[in-house]
Amino acid sequence: MSTELERTVPVTEEAELERLVGDRALSTDDHKNAPAFVVRPDAVQDVLFDLRDEAGFDHLSCVTAQQYEDRYETIYHLKKYDDPTQEVSVVVPTSTDEPVSQTAEPVYRSADWGEREAFDLVGIDYEGHPDPRRILLPETWQGHPLDLSYDQDKPQLVTLAEHANPLQEDHRDAETDTMFLNIGPHHPATHGVLHVKTVLDGETVADVEPDIGYLHRCEEQMCEQGTYRHQIMPYPDRWDYTANMPNEWAYARAAEDLADLEVPDYAQVLRTMGCELSRMAGHFLALGTFALDVFGDFTAIFQYAFRDRELAQDILEDLTGQRMMYNYFRLGGVAWDVPEPREEFFEKTRDFLDGLPTKVEEYDDLLTGNEVFQIRCVDTGILEPEIAKQYGCTGPVARGSGIDYDLRRDDPYGYYPELEWDVVTEDGKDNYSRVLVRMQEVEQSAKIVEQCIDLLEEWPEDDREIQSNVPRTLKPDPGTETYKAVENAKGELGIYIRADGTDTPGRFKIRSPCFHNLSTLAEMSQGEYVPDLVASLGSLDVILGEVDR
Amino acid sequence: MSNQPRQAIHDSTAPSTDTRDSRMGEGVDDRFNSRLREAFGSTPFILTKFDKFMNWVRGSSMFMLQFGIACCSIEMMHTYAIKHDLDRFGAGVPRASPRQADVIIVPGTIVSKFGPRMKRVYDQMPEPKFVVGMGSCTISGGPFQEGYNVVKGAEEIIPVDIHVPGCPPRPEALIYGVAKLQERVANGETSPVVVKPYELEEFGDLPRDELIDKLAAEIDEEDLVMRYNWADSP
Repeated sequence: MSTELERTVPVTEEAELERLVGDRALSTDDHKNAPAFVVRPDAVQDVLFDLRDEAGFDHLSCVTAQQYEDRYETIYHLKKYDDPTQEVSVVVPTSTDEPVSQTAEPVYRSADWGEREAFDLVGIDYEGHPDPRRILLPETWQGHPLDLSYDQDKPQLVTLAEHANPLQEDHRDAETDTMFLNIGPHHPATHGVLHVKTVLDGETVADVEPDIGYLHRCEEQMCEQGTYRHQIMPYPDRWDYTANMPNEWAYARAAEDLADLEVPDYAQVLRTMGCELSRMAGHFLALGTFALDVFGDFTAIFQYAFRDRELAQDILEDLTGQRMMYNYFRLGGVAWDVPEPREEFFEKTRDFLDGLPTKVEEYDDLLTGNEVFQIRCVDTGILEPEIAKQYGCTGPVARGSGIDYDLRRDDPYGYYPELEWDVVTEDGKDNYSRVLVRMQEVEQSAKIVEQCIDLLEEWPEDDREIQSNVPRTLKPDPGTETYKAVENAKGELGIYIRADGTDTPGRFKIRSPCFHNLSTLAEMSQGEYVPDLVASLGSLDVILGEVDR
Repeated sequence: MSNQPRQAIHDSTAPSTDTRDSRMGEGVDDRFNSRLREAFGSTPFILTKFDKFMNWVRGSSMFMLQFGIACCSIEMMHTYAIKHDLDRFGAGVPRASPRQADVIIVPGTIVSKFGPRMKRVYDQMPEPKFVVGMGSCTISGGPFQEGYNVVKGAEEIIPVDIHVPGCPPRPEALIYGVAKLQERVANGETSPVVVKPYELEEFGDLPRDELIDKLAAEIDEEDLVMRYNWADSP
């Protein structure tokens, strides 16, 4: 297998971790994915600094907050960029009366937004947090909706304040005037309902603050109300709604880990093929809308990209019966086999794949080889790898900054380890590299799909098992917790589930890659021109359904 | 001489002059007489009511607002793009500014924070304006109806002419919805404007209660607010 990563990363044994955390650990907890240490609320930074600097856990993957009957709890899920199979969780309990915990923001920048979300939805205060505001809900919201005592029926007020004075005083120097500019929430370049508060100094961007939450449709609440077996699976399709199927795998992987379910090999091949086709569809859309952002009209490249996306969607429709919201995965397998006649399906898919190299050439001529496009994209929106890691960037955004991180290879699942493909990285760190990464990933995905088609074609007929034996009602043992991630089209999509003994999850937390990728926008665009800000936003390829959840 | 046009410049305008001459042809200039006019024969007039004519014009040339919210907006983009190509039906020019648009397609879930913004965008569109609600979320909140933050349908905030069900509806379904809207517009029908629970009001005009008292320090009297009441909406 060519994709095997040379493991030069030292494995940190659990005993060593225990020694490192020492008596700052009140106790240890047993999460299914990783060892967990329970620490006091005032020792958070200490422990995290040690884990980061001495054990090398440089990736704060997710911040999960939840309330139990007797306490609040924040969980920091740590990983290593060099080897994401090495995980550790730091659990911080706080009392119900005074839920105050030390912030992790000085250690990991990605904790900034993570803790703001935890405060917003669950109501834990983080001491020392630089910006303790709500992030998803309106400023005037009363109560914290994932708090156990929250009363959903209470009325709320949502303000529509008039714009702030457009001529504001400058942050840095009282003599120059800066202009405040609202971009969004209804704006063609924000790909949905993102609001970017921008402060301009002349034509350069002095400050940027993404204001999110205009599509916060309570996905976590919805998943906590659904039963494991069938009712949750339709929702993942609606998180990242351009490349839907890989999201289903995130839930499937977490739930299968939680309930110890096996998946037959044949179903794994089907899953892998579906996900890669879906990833291609997502990348085509990203390419088309990026061209739309940079050139500003619905012309050639947009239409070319949609032509190819339609082809991929057609194949997926044949496979699943839906154009977008596939709902194809089942726990322990998939919903159905390749449609009959099988030859026709394989032929159709092969036709699509055979046509792809010509199309990629076309894209190169039209887009990446285009001088105007290069002037707009090369060396704009620089994202240094260290900063990207601090913010928890993953996916094409991280790989465009030269971070060699792809969960399909590094934390293998499905049929990926058996197939021949490469992880694409570019080290330009700019908008252009991120586009290049996506374009090359389309080719790699095509390679994977081709191998899957070969496998499916030769698979013996009496061994085509698409679903393993799964109990009708799943009730994982109470207190079981797991955090599992997969690589979707935008990066690392992780799911944390805590079972409470019923057939619905006690806590369901989504770690969204777009959420973390978007938080780097300010770093990328400060000091650049407004059009570069729009290009940077486009190259991050954020999907607001996944940012806000 | 420098004040004389050079020959090269003079020649460069020749092709367009030639084209004009050849199009004008011999005799009386009839460039502007279309085939349609020929078909009318000797009396190039149609007698119709002005309202009816305007409705026909409105329905045949609709400017859509380029307005994306959630998943449905991806299918909406497919409807504009090749293969489905809404432009064929005289309704496919996405305008980025609400001030230039006739029709707003509401493609996705509306949450409490976005509600007032959408109302503001709708208010900025010139009359007459039409609304197509796309997807289940704009009908009832769809799969997210029970969410603490989700407005149960676009009709809580703005009047909707056509509902296209589906999650998301296929592009064909959206085209059918738009065609139905064109039909309605051509027939001069509009949807009744209902009294909506989530009307924007000035904060000072709201009846005082516990919630208002609590927020009085944070919100100005003149600020527009939406009172979001999950329990009372349908």
